[in-house]
Amino acid sequence: MSGAELGLGHYMAVSAALFTIGVFGIFVNRKNIIVILMSIELILLSVNINLVAFSVFNGTIMGQVFAMLVLTVAAAEAAVGLAILVVYFRNRGEIAVEDVNVLRG
Amino acid sequence: MTLIAFYILSSIVVASALFVVAARNPVHSVLWLILTFFTSAGLLVLIGAEFLAMLLVVVYVGAVAVLFLFVVMMLDIDFVALKQGFQNYLVIGILLALTLLAEIGIVVAAATFGGGATFDPNPGGPTNAEALSNVLYDDYLLLFQMCGIVLLVAMIGAIVLTLRSRPSVKRQNIAQQTGRKRKDAVELKDVRPGQGIP
Repeated sequence: MSGAELGLGHYMAVSAALFTIGVFGIFVNRKNIIVILMSIELILLSVNINLVAFSVFNGTIMGQVFAMLVLTVAAAEAAVGLAILVVYFRNRGEIAVEDVNVLRG
Repeated sequence: MTLIAFYILSSIVVASALFVVAARNPVHSVLWLILTFFTSAGLLVLIGAEFLAMLLVVVYVGAVAVLFLFVVMMLDIDFVALKQGFQNYLVIGILLALTLLAEIGIVVAAATFGGGATFDPNPGGPTNAEALSNVLYDDYLLLFQMCGIVLLVAMIGAIVLTLRSRPSVKRQNIAQQTGRKRKDAVELKDVRPGQGIP
């Protein structure tokens, strides 16, 4: 495979589109915190694609190492976020995000 | 050929990401999310980053997406009520997304990226996994260990958050069990015939 035909720009376009869709998802699904978490995963995926594409097309491995770190943080974030969601649902019986402005001990 | 595969995979990625955001049922959203991750792993295989692609499948499809599916199915939520307000935010959401995309495009068009000419998915090793491990266990060992600590803290945090102590459940008290003396448990009585224990 030659790198001439498939360029860095292709991957950056996909990454930009995914990032934008993720931000769009956060905005339109204001009430559904599950879809907001999924949108955050989409954003992190776009970051990963960008890092790996830069790493490969520039011939340095550091980007792939960093993508692994992002992957770790994404997994940890999903686990803790969903745990918080489960606890919130157990306490309130619903998961409407707009009601989460009340801090009760 | 590679370019055709890239276009097919990338259009699937973008379309399924849109369906993640737009699906009415969160269960469908999770399934579209799985498709997105799987297809973007294919995108990474296309440029030779096989190890990251497999990691993406294992971590995202194997762990994160299943976690999402588990939580979505476990919680008893009125999905219709959650979808209200979608229309209200649709216009401003599209405007914001287009603005963001235009900004990214402007920045990308104005920036210059160093190097760029050398296409090499696995510098410093014959295979991608070997090239990655050569630096991961060597130069970036501390980062690797800190990744493990992040995962450990996340695991403990998730357990602590979701654990609830129920007082009605009987549990084994090991300290009490091993600290038991013979005189606390057994008492010898000298029972006289015909009288019984008073």
